[in-house]
Amino acid sequence: MRYAYFPGCSAHGTGKEYESSTQAVAKKLGMELVEIPDWNCCGATAAHGKSHLLNVALPARNLAIAEGMGLDNLTTGCAACYQQFANAYKEMTENKEIRDKVNRIIGREYKGNLKVKSLVEAIGTVDPELIKSHIVKPLSGLKVAAYYGCLLVRPPKITGFDDPENPMFMDNLMKLAGAEALDWAHKTECCGASLGVSNLGIAVRLIDKILRGVIDSGADCVVVACPFCHLNLDWHQKSVNKQLGTNYEMPVFYFTELLGLAMGINQDELGLKTHFTDTQKVLSKVG
Amino acid sequence: MESINLNQSISKNADFIQLVGEESGQPVQKCYQCGKCTAGCPVAFAMDYTPNQVIRMVQLGMKDELLKSHTIWICASCSTCSTRCPCNVEIAKVMEILRIMAGRSGTAPAGKAKYVEIMYNALLGTVEKYGRTYEVGLVMQNNLKSGRLFNGADMGMPMLQRGKLKLTPSKVKGMAEIARIFSEARKMEGGVK
Repeated sequence: MRYAYFPGCSAHGTGKEYESSTQAVAKKLGMELVEIPDWNCCGATAAHGKSHLLNVALPARNLAIAEGMGLDNLTTGCAACYQQFANAYKEMTENKEIRDKVNRIIGREYKGNLKVKSLVEAIGTVDPELIKSHIVKPLSGLKVAAYYGCLLVRPPKITGFDDPENPMFMDNLMKLAGAEALDWAHKTECCGASLGVSNLGIAVRLIDKILRGVIDSGADCVVVACPFCHLNLDWHQKSVNKQLGTNYEMPVFYFTELLGLAMGINQDELGLKTHFTDTQKVLSKVG
Repeated sequence: MESINLNQSISKNADFIQLVGEESGQPVQKCYQCGKCTAGCPVAFAMDYTPNQVIRMVQLGMKDELLKSHTIWICASCSTCSTRCPCNVEIAKVMEILRIMAGRSGTAPAGKAKYVEIMYNALLGTVEKYGRTYEVGLVMQNNLKSGRLFNGADMGMPMLQRGKLKLTPSKVKGMAEIARIFSEARKMEGGVK
């Protein structure tokens, strides 16, 4: 399967482990990720609060370029970028007035033939037998809490590939990797996203609730599919501990990191050693 | 507490009520105040008006109160409310259009809400300049404008040590297209500083 690939602005910065583990896993599975030439920021998570047209036009430029590559689907790992693209796709395909206006603004034409899939959906719809055939180091005994957050599954009118209240795509992938995916209550609670930058005092209360949920479920770690969720849960764990007097030490993995580990890809290539919260103690469980 | 004459408010702000409905594409008139949106809202505790109150205020035409409210900026756009509303009102979309309207009307957000707007502007500022978000530039702009110079400063060294801090921005080649996107959006809609 070939995809037009949108790395997103955090791919070479705060979210670099997501990028490297995505590339490694895609290679194993024979998924070809073709980077969209000269891609620009999708506008997340600011344009929607300032201008409707800007919010559609920024992702639409990328959609138009990607459509010109002759591929059927665009994929991106970041949940916030995915939401931007899925929203632009919906608006551009359902509303001719918006499509004409936005095409005029971007000076390119997006016809609506290229569809949008999140990386979770793209990998989650690969033949399970093919995935299983690559699992050489099953994560036996590892208990994971799959955390989806908001933008991957909500609102369902825009996303729609998984259940908005009890999504299962990542749980199923973790099971294929040999881990135990636990049923837990905070799968789709919000991590606060950019409130972590603008109003940390609010965000720490949200992050605290999620981490407490992970601990209550009995999981060894959290699994995420968004660089912003990762930053908030991994880095800001320290802020929660400091501001609320907790003592969390919960490892936070990208789902691609754990899949890659089960596929025998080495830890350095996946980026498992550059997290803020220690990953090695829990990984020693799976050898 | 100040009293409000609802009849006057509704007739005086009929345009506003209609505009919110049209621009958000949401059937705000259908809301019957079940409160499910507020029950599931993860940030209701930090708001000055709860999500169900916001929808009621739209129905009553309370424009000034809404555009000045913290709520419209504190909303994290998580869409839990939109997903659960039994009347199919996407409340998060209503919040979004109220934010945009506040920007257009020049209503400056205060307190916690101010920091959200500063962050939006800092982020979009780097996008307009480089075509991509420049994380370091974003944090610097954000801190300068909000007067909180050391906000997130403790992240710098650990990020750098892990190779997660890209010190130079990466720039899009088609910057003329990016400039055009911003200027056209501004011309057609306003609201982007």
